[in-house]
Amino acid sequence: MTGLVFRLKGEPEERLDLSPLIPERLDGLTSSEIQKLGIGTTKRDLKLGDVFDVSGADVSDIRFEGGSARLDKIGLGLSKGSIRVEGDVGFRCGRAMRGGAITVTGSAGDLAGSAMEGGELVIQGSAGARLGGPEAGETKGMSGGAIRVQGSAGERAADRMRRGTIVIDGDCGLDAASRMIAGTLIVGGKAKGTPGRLMKRGTLILAGGAERLAPTFLDCGPQDLIILRLMARAIGEELGAVPFDGSPMRRYGGDTAVLGMGEVFLPLR
Amino acid sequence: MPVTETAATINGVSIDDSFAEAFPMSGTAIQITAINEKWALEAATKMTGFATSVIACGCEGGIERVLSPAETRDGRPGVRVLFFGFDAGGLEKQVTTRLGQCILTCPTTACYGDYESDQTIDLGSAIRYFADGFQISKKFAGKHFWRMPVMEGEFLCEAKTGMTGDGVGGGNLLIMARHVEGALKASEAAVEAMKTVPDVIMPFPGGIVRSGSKVGGKYKGMMASTNDAYCPTLKGVTDTALTEEIGSVLEIVIDGLTPDAVAKAMAAGIKAITDLGPETGALRIGAGNYGGNLGPHHFHLKDLLP
Repeated sequence: MTGLVFRLKGEPEERLDLSPLIPERLDGLTSSEIQKLGIGTTKRDLKLGDVFDVSGADVSDIRFEGGSARLDKIGLGLSKGSIRVEGDVGFRCGRAMRGGAITVTGSAGDLAGSAMEGGELVIQGSAGARLGGPEAGETKGMSGGAIRVQGSAGERAADRMRRGTIVIDGDCGLDAASRMIAGTLIVGGKAKGTPGRLMKRGTLILAGGAERLAPTFLDCGPQDLIILRLMARAIGEELGAVPFDGSPMRRYGGDTAVLGMGEVFLPLR
Repeated sequence: MPVTETAATINGVSIDDSFAEAFPMSGTAIQITAINEKWALEAATKMTGFATSVIACGCEGGIERVLSPAETRDGRPGVRVLFFGFDAGGLEKQVTTRLGQCILTCPTTACYGDYESDQTIDLGSAIRYFADGFQISKKFAGKHFWRMPVMEGEFLCEAKTGMTGDGVGGGNLLIMARHVEGALKASEAAVEAMKTVPDVIMPFPGGIVRSGSKVGGKYKGMMASTNDAYCPTLKGVTDTALTEEIGSVLEIVIDGLTPDAVAKAMAAGIKAITDLGPETGALRIGAGNYGGNLGPHHFHLKDLLP
């Protein structure tokens, strides 16, 4: 059985809510039923068949051929199977996903991986703001799983992150890991603003350095730690090569403005 | 003691038509790494000290093998260690106590689980409080670790390790020779062969025990006492299992994470002893049992012949 393919007919004229297109909700539907699913966000009552050509049948292997920054909520609540998007996606890709895998070959909008609990989200381009963060009003962001962004990320990635791993190969925007509760954020490029501001626990490995740290982070000096070696190896096996190799790094403890049990690792140079 | 029939004679070594009677045990495996092999072995040796018999030591433990850096979790030299106990609770108490006193304390070491199972016992989760609130929990790539600041730097320990309730304790061989030199040589050869089998340990000194026991004794409270039927000095005064030419008997006890591992180790030992032959090694191989009524695992020597 071949995977289920949604081929984008052209740039959508409105933002699309693609949250119904996960294996859990598509299982048991016929092709015509799938084509009648409502995915519009305006009064026009747009149906899936108006925007996509549908082929294939295996709902556990979903592929979008063609992407757009208007494709919102892809993989929302995903718990199993895989979704691959050939192109860009809009807001909330992989939000609240609990398992399975999502790959985006282009870039993603804001709130990618927001509050995700498990599974793996790979964005081969860049990600918008609040990667893995909470929606407005939520008390915690990502609480499990793994995100890899091969480009850069917008501001406040890993905001209120509770658990899991985020790897950003490029730069990240202002104040990454703000209010972090726990978990691990790894950044290969420069971390702008004041990363880790008000973090309680958790680990930031900023291989490309930080623009600056808040004065409430305290220098613990260079540290040669097995955990860095182990993380480089284990996360590398899970998500591909990471931008640090386990060599000694300078450790800062903080944010002492709050609990102070977090840590930021910076290169020795 | 009834005369034991001979199942086979191989290269001049006779093998009893008998069986080793073994018991279910809870078992686990951990991996200890360090800056070099010396310190990994130092920690493992300390941790597995006084762990020969579960009756008196609380558990049985031993070094399964030395691991190359390519085989360990953190790419450093390491050692795989197995422990066995009567039950999961007793096993966890022994392992965590020994972990806290022998691995946490040993310079440069780290400790990881090395047995995959849904059943687990605590490792770092049990000793993390030593860090007095400075402990750090890290979960990544499906694993959970505890980091504990120590004066040397940081002790890294996986939170839990897997355990099995289907381990086997008490697989054994009795190695009978003309004199102690022959018995020792044959036993040493057997232990070396058994060390190549995964998932087993031989918990006694050098893998060999000279004071094999029977259940109970004449004195009140003795759970075990000398196995007089196999004591060569008592041949004339007790119901002996030994023939005239046997002058010394040694035993190898084998614990394994699976019955199959124990059987393979016994088979490897029998082959090594028979390959050595009776001139410099053993005349006869037997096995210890309690009539077959106590332990559910029966390893018949005739099924393990080379």
